[in-house]
Amino acid sequence: MTAGGRRSPTTLALWAALVAVAALAPLAYLFVRAADAGLGDALRVATDETALHLLWNSVVLAVAVTITCVAIAVPLAWLTTRPDLPGRTMWTVLTALPLVVPSYIAAYALIGATGPSGLLSDWLEPLGIGTVPRPDGLAGAWAVLSAVSYPYVLLPVRAALLGLDPSLEEASRALGRSPRETFLRVVLPHLRPAVGAGGLLVALYALSDFGAVSLTRYDTFTRSIFLEYRSSFDRTPAAVLALVLVVLCVLVLAAETRTRGRGAYHSGRATGTRARPVAALGRARWGGAAACAVAVGAALVLPVLVVVTWATRGGGGADVAWEAALHSVQASLVAAVVTVAAAWPVSYLAARFPGRLARLVEGGSFVGHVLPGVVVALSLVFLGTRLVPSLYQTQALLTFAYVVLFLPLAVGALRTSLLQVAPSLEDASRSLGERWWGTWRRVTLPLVRPGAAAGFALVFLTAMKELPATLLLAPTGFNTLATEIWGASAEAFFARAAGPARGLIGLAAVPLALIVARDAGGKRARPRQPPATAGMIDTV
Amino acid sequence: MKHPAVLVPVVLLASLAAACGSGGGDTLTIYSGRSKELVGPLLEQFADETGVDIEVRYGDTAELAATILEEGDNSPADVFFAQDAGALGAIAKEDRLTELPSDLVEQVAPAFRSTVNLWIGTSGRARTLAFNPDLISEDELPDSILDLTDPKWKGKLGWAPTNGSFQAFVTALRVLKGDDEARRWLEGVKENQPEEFSANIPVVQAVGEGEISVGLVNHYYVPQVVKENPKLKVRNYFIPGGDVGGLVNVAGVGQLASSNSAGDARQFVEFLLSDEAQRYFAEETFEFPLVEGVAADPDLPALTELEPPAVDLAKLDDLRGTLDLLEDTGIL
Repeated sequence: MTAGGRRSPTTLALWAALVAVAALAPLAYLFVRAADAGLGDALRVATDETALHLLWNSVVLAVAVTITCVAIAVPLAWLTTRPDLPGRTMWTVLTALPLVVPSYIAAYALIGATGPSGLLSDWLEPLGIGTVPRPDGLAGAWAVLSAVSYPYVLLPVRAALLGLDPSLEEASRALGRSPRETFLRVVLPHLRPAVGAGGLLVALYALSDFGAVSLTRYDTFTRSIFLEYRSSFDRTPAAVLALVLVVLCVLVLAAETRTRGRGAYHSGRATGTRARPVAALGRARWGGAAACAVAVGAALVLPVLVVVTWATRGGGGADVAWEAALHSVQASLVAAVVTVAAAWPVSYLAARFPGRLARLVEGGSFVGHVLPGVVVALSLVFLGTRLVPSLYQTQALLTFAYVVLFLPLAVGALRTSLLQVAPSLEDASRSLGERWWGTWRRVTLPLVRPGAAAGFALVFLTAMKELPATLLLAPTGFNTLATEIWGASAEAFFARAAGPARGLIGLAAVPLALIVARDAGGKRARPRQPPATAGMIDTV
Repeated sequence: MKHPAVLVPVVLLASLAAACGSGGGDTLTIYSGRSKELVGPLLEQFADETGVDIEVRYGDTAELAATILEEGDNSPADVFFAQDAGALGAIAKEDRLTELPSDLVEQVAPAFRSTVNLWIGTSGRARTLAFNPDLISEDELPDSILDLTDPKWKGKLGWAPTNGSFQAFVTALRVLKGDDEARRWLEGVKENQPEEFSANIPVVQAVGEGEISVGLVNHYYVPQVVKENPKLKVRNYFIPGGDVGGLVNVAGVGQLASSNSAGDARQFVEFLLSDEAQRYFAEETFEFPLVEGVAADPDLPALTELEPPAVDLAKLDDLRGTLDLLEDTGIL
C-alpha cells in the first residue's frame, strides 16, 4: 500500500494552506510595487539584456554551489553516522557548524586569507609556495557559498541515514554485495528525497544571498536588487527583479519535483526501535576523520582564525556582548519552534497526500527562501504598518519574518523524515484504539524526531545569523550578535566584530551538540511503547 | 533536564511579555544610518542630558530610507540620522520630512544643508589622497585628481570602488565634468593598475605599510587608523583649488513629518548642532564640525581652509548612472 491517492483530511489541508498563504505574503507587496511601473516597464526591466546576464550568472552560481554542496555533504553525512569514526560526536557538531557563519564573514575571511598579504600566503611562505591567489567573481562566490551552505544538505541527509532501516543494508550485505555496492545501490537511492530537499535549499539560498556575491563582486540578481535600493531609492525595479527570482524559484521547484520519483522510502518498520546501523569504516576510519577535518578546516576554522586575527591585530576589546547573545538565542529559539510547528501541516500533507494541493502548498512555502532578506523585510514593513500596526517592530512580526524566510528549511527536513515512516504504523496505532493525538505523540513524533531536530537546528542556526530582517523588523533597540557584528564591520572596525562573531559560533554549537548527542546515543529515539506488531503489517 | 520541551511554552510566553513591554508612547525613535560604533555614545549623552527616552534603530542608511518610504505615515521614526545627504534628499522628495526653522538650519553653511530647510548636515567628510611620506613627498602630489591618469602613478595607487563615498565622488565628477570626462578618467586610472580594496580602512593600512604610495579615501580614516596603530606612515593630502578630488560630503539629520514627538525630535536636531555634539564629531570620529566656533581635530586643517568644489550635494543622487559607468569600464 502506498500513500498516494488518499484524500487529505480537510483540517490538515486548511492548516497547510493557511501556512502557505502566510508565507506568500511578500508576493502581495512585490505585485503592488511592480505595478507602480506598469506592465510594459516591468516586462522591460525583467527581460532586458542586463537582466538576462544576471539570470545566467545567478543560475550558474546556484548550479555550481548545489553540486558542490551535495558532493561535500553526502560523504560527510555518511562518515558521521558510522559508529567507529574517531571523534564522531565532535565531527558531527563541527561539520554542521559552518551553517552559522554569515556569508559576508566567510567572504571577508576569504579575502583576508588570500592575496599577497593574506593569512594563507603568510603561512605558506616558509614552504616556498608564495602567494595564494584571491578567487574573485564566480570562483569566490562559489567557494564562500559552498562552504557556508553544505550543511543544508548534510543535516537532512544525516537524518535520513539515521532513519534508514538498517536491515536494508544488512540484507544487501547478506546477499553478497560489497559495502561499496550496498552504498551505491541501496543506501544512496534511499537518500534521494533528503539530497533533493537539501539541494533545493542550497540552490535557493545561493540565489538569494547577498553577502558573498557583493564582496566577491559577482553580478547576480540579488546584487542588482541591492544596488537598486542603494542607488536610486526606487523600490520598483527591485520588486520586478525579485519577482523574476520568484519565477526562477518556481522553475527550480518544478525540477526538484521531477527528481522525486514515485518510490516509497519507508520500510514498514519502526526504525527507531532498531539498533543503529552497524556498517563500520574499519581501516578507513582515520581517512574519514581526515576528510572531516579538511571540511571543518576550510569552512569553519579558517573564518574563525581570520576573525581572531582581526581581534589581535586591532587590539580591540573582544568582549562577548551578553545582552546581544541573549537576544540572538531567544529570537532564534522562538523562530525555530514556531517554524517547525508551521512546517508540520505542510510537510505532513506533502509526505502523506501527494497531489496538486500538496505541491502548491509546499511550493508556496519555499518562495520566501529565494527572496533576499531585505526584500522580505521591506515587504513586511509595508504590510505590517498597514495591516497590523500594533505588531509592527515587535518580536511577533520578526518571528513571522523568520518563518517566511526559513519555512522550507523545516519543511524539507520534516517531509524527508515523514517519508521514512510507513503510514501503516499510524493506521495500526489508530486501529489499536489510539486517538490522533496519542498516535501523533507516541508513534509519529518519536519516529520523525531526527527530521524535526534537523529542521529545528537548520532554522535556529540560520536565524542566529539573519541580518536584514532583524535590522528592520526587530523591536527598536533589540540588538543581536548578528547586528553587533554588522555594526562593527560596517565601519571596518573588524577587531570589535571578533567578540560577537565568536559568541555567535560558540552559542550555535550548544544546541547542535545537544541534538547530535541525543542522536548519537540512539537510546532515546525509541517510542516508549514500540508498536511491535507494526512491522508485520506492511511491506514495501 | 527531563523534558526540554517544557522550555518551549516558557520561552514563547517570555517573548510575548517582552513584545508587549516595548514600544511606549513617550519615547523618541531615532533611525540611525550611522553605526552604533560611531555615534552610540553621542546618542546616550543626548538621552542623559535631556532626560528624553530614546530608542535607536541602527541600520544601513539606504535600507532605512527605503523603510521610511514603505512605512509612510505610519512610520514609528521621529528623526532620521543619515550617513549621507542622498538618502535624506530621497525621503525629502517624497514629503517624509518636515521643514526645520531657518535659525536652526542657518547655523550650517548653505553648501551643507537642504535648500528648502528639510535636512541639515551635522558633520563633514572630505575626499583626500592618503599618502606615505616615506615613499612620496607632498610636493609630488598632484594639483588635481584628474592628473592621476598620468602613467607615473602606475602601480602606486589604491582605491575602494565599492565604497559609497568613492561612488559619490565619481558622481560629483560626472556632474561637474560630464560623463565622457568621467569615463576617460576612470579608464586612465585603471590603466595605472590601482590596487583594489573592499573598504577604505584597508586602503589606508596598505599606504601606511608602504604597499602603495597613495590611496583615494575619506579623510577621517587616516587619523582612525593611525590611532589604532601609530607606527603606520600615512598622512592626508587635501586637494586644493576647488578640484573635484576635494569633495566635501556630509552626514545629516531630518525630522519626520509623521513624528508625534515633534518637540523631542526638534531638541535632538538642536543637540546634534550643539557645541558638545560638534566637538564629539571632531574628537571621536575625526569628522569636520559644520557649526562655526567648533574646531576640527588639531591634526586636521579647519573646514574653512579646505577648497572643495562647488557642487550641490542634493544633485549627487544619480548613483545608478555612476554604477553603470563603473561597470561599463570594468571597475565594478
